[in-house]
Amino acid sequence: MQGASQIRLTVNRRTHVLTVGHAAADVDPADTLAHTLRHVLGLTGTKVSCDRGACGMCTVLLDGRAVLSCTLLTVECDGCSVVTVEGLVDPQTGALHPLQQSFVDHTAFQCGFCTPGILMSAKALLDENPVPTLAEVQEALAGNHCRCITHYHVLEAVQDAAGRIREAAPAGAVGTTEPSAGDAAPPVAPGTAGKTG
Amino acid sequence: MATNYRHIGKATERADARDIVTGRTRYLSDLEVPRMLYGRVLRSPHAHAHIVSIDVSAARALPGVEAVLTHADVPDWRVGTPRTVRVLDSTVRFAGDSVALVAATTEAVAERALELIEVEYEPLPAVLTMDEALAPGAPEIFPEAPGNVVSPGTPWFGPECLVNVQMGDVERGFSEADAVAEGVCGYENIPNPLPAEPPGVIAHWEEPNKATLWVSSQAAYQDKVVLFFAFGRQVDVRTIGGPCGGSFGSKLMSVQLVLQATALSRATGRPVRLVMTKEEHMAAFVLRIGSRITAKVGMKRDGTVTAVAGDWLVDTGYYSMTTQAQVAVGCGEAQLVVRSPNWDLRSTIVCTNRTASGIVRGFGGQELKCSILPVVSRAMAELDIDPFDFFKKNYVKPGDGYYWRDGQWYTYRGIDYTAAMDAGAAAFGWKERWRGWLQPSAVDGTVRTGVGVGVHGNVDIGESVSEAWVRLDPHGAAVIYSAASEHGTGQPSNLIKMVAEVLQLPLDKVTITPADSAITPFEFGPVGSRGTWAMGGASIAAAEDARRKLLERAAPILGRDPSDLDTRDGLVFPADSPENAIRWNAVIGREGSVMGEGRFDPDFTLANCMMTFVEVAVDTDTGKVDLRRVVNATDAGTIIDPPGLENQLNGSLGSAGIDSALFEETVYDHASGRVLNANMIDYKWRTFAQLPEMKNVVLETPVDSHRFHAIGVGEVATAPGPSAVLMAVSNALGMWMDEYPVTPDRVLRALGSVPARGRQGGGHAAPVSGAATDGAATDGAATDGAGSCGDGHDDRAADADR
Repeated sequence: MQGASQIRLTVNRRTHVLTVGHAAADVDPADTLAHTLRHVLGLTGTKVSCDRGACGMCTVLLDGRAVLSCTLLTVECDGCSVVTVEGLVDPQTGALHPLQQSFVDHTAFQCGFCTPGILMSAKALLDENPVPTLAEVQEALAGNHCRCITHYHVLEAVQDAAGRIREAAPAGAVGTTEPSAGDAAPPVAPGTAGKTG
Repeated sequence: MATNYRHIGKATERADARDIVTGRTRYLSDLEVPRMLYGRVLRSPHAHAHIVSIDVSAARALPGVEAVLTHADVPDWRVGTPRTVRVLDSTVRFAGDSVALVAATTEAVAERALELIEVEYEPLPAVLTMDEALAPGAPEIFPEAPGNVVSPGTPWFGPECLVNVQMGDVERGFSEADAVAEGVCGYENIPNPLPAEPPGVIAHWEEPNKATLWVSSQAAYQDKVVLFFAFGRQVDVRTIGGPCGGSFGSKLMSVQLVLQATALSRATGRPVRLVMTKEEHMAAFVLRIGSRITAKVGMKRDGTVTAVAGDWLVDTGYYSMTTQAQVAVGCGEAQLVVRSPNWDLRSTIVCTNRTASGIVRGFGGQELKCSILPVVSRAMAELDIDPFDFFKKNYVKPGDGYYWRDGQWYTYRGIDYTAAMDAGAAAFGWKERWRGWLQPSAVDGTVRTGVGVGVHGNVDIGESVSEAWVRLDPHGAAVIYSAASEHGTGQPSNLIKMVAEVLQLPLDKVTITPADSAITPFEFGPVGSRGTWAMGGASIAAAEDARRKLLERAAPILGRDPSDLDTRDGLVFPADSPENAIRWNAVIGREGSVMGEGRFDPDFTLANCMMTFVEVAVDTDTGKVDLRRVVNATDAGTIIDPPGLENQLNGSLGSAGIDSALFEETVYDHASGRVLNANMIDYKWRTFAQLPEMKNVVLETPVDSHRFHAIGVGEVATAPGPSAVLMAVSNALGMWMDEYPVTPDRVLRALGSVPARGRQGGGHAAPVSGAATDGAATDGAATDGAGSCGDGHDDRAADADR
């Protein structure tokens, strides 16, 4: 790297111009996007667990698609737009995204370390497929490690959020198809513990 | 039962919910301390070796490196029971042991420095299995463990710490039995609890002897106590806990890591962050203990157990910190499930040149149960006893007694769990699905379905001391001073609910302090399902004490006796005339507060209970075992937080729980002693795409614990499942399966589809090799395939192929 090479990275609607180099404040050519988000931009909501692209905790949206930020070099993301968990709240009102609110309402987390990655995988899914079947939600989240086993609550929360997003949207804007018959049998039989739902 | 409660039993928002979903929760790796350096550890490629020389000159010369430490440079701080493990040592004792420490201005520089360190090793013969470690003339790992046998008992549990279970006359018991089963069974696959957040610490040393430690642990105050002794009682330790990204017990044993970070901070004069990589987490951090039992069980036709005898071997890896404690608790828990007047169960803790064993949810009891219940099953099968009926008959009942971990005899005064077990069986449809031992519930082509059941319980729900203070502020708010930090169970939020209930405040008027030992009183921490009763009990007592003081101060103002007064929403009023209410600030004043103190002292007379039913489908073509249904049944007395409890019970699958019977294992290469699957691709974990139908049946029979009549049940959720899976697969296949986990290769070997071979697996699981001595013909299917191979040989090269 010779000279002052720069990259432009838009993160949560703010554009950052970053210098590529080896100084402390620079983006090193070897830095991952996860590293840059966490240590240069201070966006520590994105978590790093395996750092080898196997656990999904570092998932962010890159130009709308869910990617593993620990396996992408920041220099590869020049000109791209990134959304992290910090970017999910409504920038005007500060209100939680329907997915976030649904996770709160369903206690769809335990230790919470995997939650940001799961939220971003779920966001990518619902952006692309507003009416996912249960199996589609499971498949979309299959790369997200959750060791406390909050899977059941997460699946309820994502499906609930999909409904809230559809209800909030103008008629016909999203989700023109109904969930297909036959996908509805969830693996979750609500336990008696969840008595108040 | 909670019909009149304002908060208890309601599905309320967890106090930290918004922080978690917005990414504002700050875990250890998210913290920045000014002037902080980054630490890394050079690790041994050898399972056992002397370090002949270390050249760190090139590493020290690297720009950005602030310190490089070897065994010659570190203070004599030690961990272990006994205290055998140093910060760094001149001998390495497992592949992954610490050799040198680096602190640098960035993690990348520290990593490069590791590559510049040159080490000359003199490899030593290693003992990688318990059989090797116990062989005559085996090389010894520590002089403090002659013959690689670790001294029994832990001072934590007192001079009579439970080591064995001995009572009555086992020979007479066996002579009275209608069937006697003998066998060897192991739960030796040493699965990894594998919390999402890697273990780590930030240490800040201040001369002459102060260590401030930001820890990622479920019990930050306990860290302070443990570390005080590890530092040789010479260091003033302050621990600051925060949100912990999963622990399942394991991170309580980050002690050596903490000492290393502290040594680096002392050497540099700067705070040092030391966080393990996932590879280190999986190959150099603590795992479950290994467990193998040679047991003999006598039983009558009505399911009465007449005698239990056994030698329990416990593999602690290269050192022990709490293994003696786990043996004590395991011995106690065995008596809750198998009631017999005659016992002779003896334990031996063995050191091997592998990763150390630490604490994992289940804490000795899960490991012992997974080993001994398959042998107990042989006796049941001999007498055609339904295991559900057996467990229901034998689980501890009011008036029964047991030796607990301190070696003392206690009489159980809790509830009868029969109703919970019946409710679970009904929800599962046990009676419709149980077809008898080694009988599948259904066969559909190559897919055979089978069911199994297990049970577990723990008396440690009332262990150890908790202390809390509750401060009432004039404006109608309360603060809980407690070292309870969040590690996934919702415990801090549950303490808030309990205190808010006592004080009749809205939830958002009650907060909890950081888990900082400079702020809070003593707290042993949320372990052994003690959070609800023990921790809750201390916070409730503190809130009651504060409330009493408040009403006493209000009494002269209102001209009434304190017993006539009540408080709600920051008001104090006579119970018979609420309209005469005054605000708290009229009692407390604008300047000041009211402080209540609460304490919980150990009580070993209550136990929780978890019964787990499983249904599996085994494809005899592929050997794949599919977990189809799980029903957990328990009685929590009173449910504090329904969704939190549901989450905890669903956790029965993960954190080295049920899945440790299906696919989770740490696989070692027998030649090198290295972990072969120390990454999240090769170590198998359950994904969103593979979820069984899950149902949790929770009864609420009031327990005589504290004012909310509740007890905790979270920790035990993982324990009953693994042996239930083994039972279910055995029934599906019509032959006994004896090794954990039941991976396709083990199933196919058992079926004879692929050639049988010696004992196999990460943990050297030995099969139940004996048959019932009485009427052995009915037990003829025993040890088919993988069985009959208790020859002590391991085919570890085969592991590497998998």
